[in-house]
Amino acid sequence: MLTIRNLKVQVDGKPILNGIDLDVQAGEVHAIMGPNGSGKSTLAQVLAGREQFAVTEGSVSYDGQDLLALAPEERARQGVFLGFQYPVEIPGVSNVYLLKAGLNALRVARGEPELDAIDFLEKVRATLAIMDMPESFLYRNVNEGFSGGEKKRNEVLQLALFEPRLAILDETDSGLDIDALKVVANAVNRLRAPDRAFVLVTHYQRLLDYITPDRVHVLAGGRIVKSGDRDLALELERRGYDWLKEEAA
Amino acid sequence: MSAAPDPRDWYRREFTGRAPRLAGAGIAWLAARRHDALEQFLRRGLPTRKDEDWKYTDVLPLASQRSAPARRAAIDPAALDAFVFDAWRLVFVDGRFAQDLSQLDGLPDGVRVASLAQTLRETPQALEGRLGRYVDGARHGFAALNLAFAEDGAVIDIAPGIELERPIQLLFVASGAAGADSIQHLRQVVALGAGARASLIESMVSLAPGAGLTTGVTEIELAAGAALDHYRVVQIGDDAARVDTAHVQQDRDSRYAAHAVTLGGRLVRHELDCALAGAGAECDFNGLYVMAGQSHIDTHTRFDHRVPHTTSRASAKGVLDDAARGVFSGRVVVHPDAQRSDAGQSVRHLLLSPRAEADSRPQLEIYADDVKCAHGAATGSLDPEQLFYLRSRGFDEPRARQLLVYAFAADMLARVPLAPLRERLAEQLTRRLLPDATREALTS
Repeated sequence: MLTIRNLKVQVDGKPILNGIDLDVQAGEVHAIMGPNGSGKSTLAQVLAGREQFAVTEGSVSYDGQDLLALAPEERARQGVFLGFQYPVEIPGVSNVYLLKAGLNALRVARGEPELDAIDFLEKVRATLAIMDMPESFLYRNVNEGFSGGEKKRNEVLQLALFEPRLAILDETDSGLDIDALKVVANAVNRLRAPDRAFVLVTHYQRLLDYITPDRVHVLAGGRIVKSGDRDLALELERRGYDWLKEEAA
Repeated sequence: MSAAPDPRDWYRREFTGRAPRLAGAGIAWLAARRHDALEQFLRRGLPTRKDEDWKYTDVLPLASQRSAPARRAAIDPAALDAFVFDAWRLVFVDGRFAQDLSQLDGLPDGVRVASLAQTLRETPQALEGRLGRYVDGARHGFAALNLAFAEDGAVIDIAPGIELERPIQLLFVASGAAGADSIQHLRQVVALGAGARASLIESMVSLAPGAGLTTGVTEIELAAGAALDHYRVVQIGDDAARVDTAHVQQDRDSRYAAHAVTLGGRLVRHELDCALAGAGAECDFNGLYVMAGQSHIDTHTRFDHRVPHTTSRASAKGVLDDAARGVFSGRVVVHPDAQRSDAGQSVRHLLLSPRAEADSRPQLEIYADDVKCAHGAATGSLDPEQLFYLRSRGFDEPRARQLLVYAFAADMLARVPLAPLRERLAEQLTRRLLPDATREALTS
């Protein structure tokens, strides 16, 4: 589904990703781990189409097409979803408007009819229940005044509602208490499907206690320095990242 | 370079011809005030950009030889449906009171709402101590012309303790028939007795294009504990101009809240002075303007903290597209005795075009030491983080931009307490800024 080859990216003229190679098949869950500043977030945002990050070399193919040639909204419409590490506040735009207009934009792109207010409300209520979120979330401005945990839940609410084919979650677990983490993991596990893939960017392996990954990759210095199965995550938990940095150097 | 036109001789001749027929002609005190105001105008003329308070606003295009419209045009009452509210209402067309379009049925005892011309005919003594008390010809050339030539306007008196359950609306309509070189002057005198509470809506609208100039002067007195919510909605044509000056004199524990929304006009100058003259007095200005084309808006607030324990707030947001220009000048003066005063100011401009321009000028004059003053000003374009977030959710870029501009402006409407007005403004903003979306889609 996703093939990354020799991806090099600069941010403000500084090289951050120095040749990433990654293959993600439909139905798989990949975890990308690594120390702070290793380029995890940059990778996640480049895949979603962040224009301030300059791709200097390499390619990304999604379902056989050149992902990097697509505008962010085109990627979203083709089923790519990014759960933001720091979801932005948008005063003046209600959450329900974002959810409904966003969902309908995706449905139109998928050739499905738009949902009217009643059908939408039914669908969003069911999703809120899974996320253990009160309906009042709908009528607040997007992320405005949300706590860190509420913002992350709101990201996963969108994930569950939009049902993307490739979901990239950028440190969605950070800042969550254990109950919230279980809710998020449960929502992700419910969405696991043969035609859907997940890329989980995380600093800690804690999330992987609840979501079992198929592959674990360690990013350091802008490269994937080690890949393995979930045992690698447990090893990282025990030994930290320093031994890998030394190995890579 | 050709010399600036000087309209002074023109207005002197106009005054000679019109003075005997102006409203209240024959009232000695008024004739004297009009005469003084004209003299002040003849001495100083219209302000120029050399005048510090007019540095960013060129009034040269207004300096032509202008005359009052000969008569008010007949208009279809249905044309006003889009602008009226469930309110007691005075309507002025082309600067003249239109009794047939006004509605004052059921006004409670103790409340007087009447046109200025009628009040000058019936009870001129009620105005002698008030008309021109706070804003006279010394203010500037436009205020001088206003006092010299004012034909009509509104007089509102609310007795102590009365709480009006419906708003009062003053609807100023330009029919479009008055001509490009027309000028009209309106004057309001408003007083709320102790503990009285009211909402006043001033709507300035154009039914058709017309490049006329209107000046407005509003003098408001709030007695102890009185509270006024004052709404001002300017939707004049893109070729029309307005210069308005308001003064609010506030006694102790009075509360004045202004909500000024401007959605059009070639040149809109809005001056608001609040004199906080009694302990516990509060004033709060909320401004929003959405301008495009060649529009120019210049807002000047001046809040005078004259006594201790007074509070002022000013918040303004401007959306400027094309070659529009927005100026916000907020002056706060804390007098030496006015300890424990609290003043806050925030101005934000959003520029949507490289040709748009914004100037924010906070001016703080603090002569007391135990005061709280905060101000902030920001001018910028749309936040790329917000833009990326929306695009990553499937909004195409133009739609995401529209939505963020709408959100920036709509945030200000949330402060408007009068629900029917808030809803209507939200609809207008939606039509203007989100042409593809319906209001329903935004809220449901």
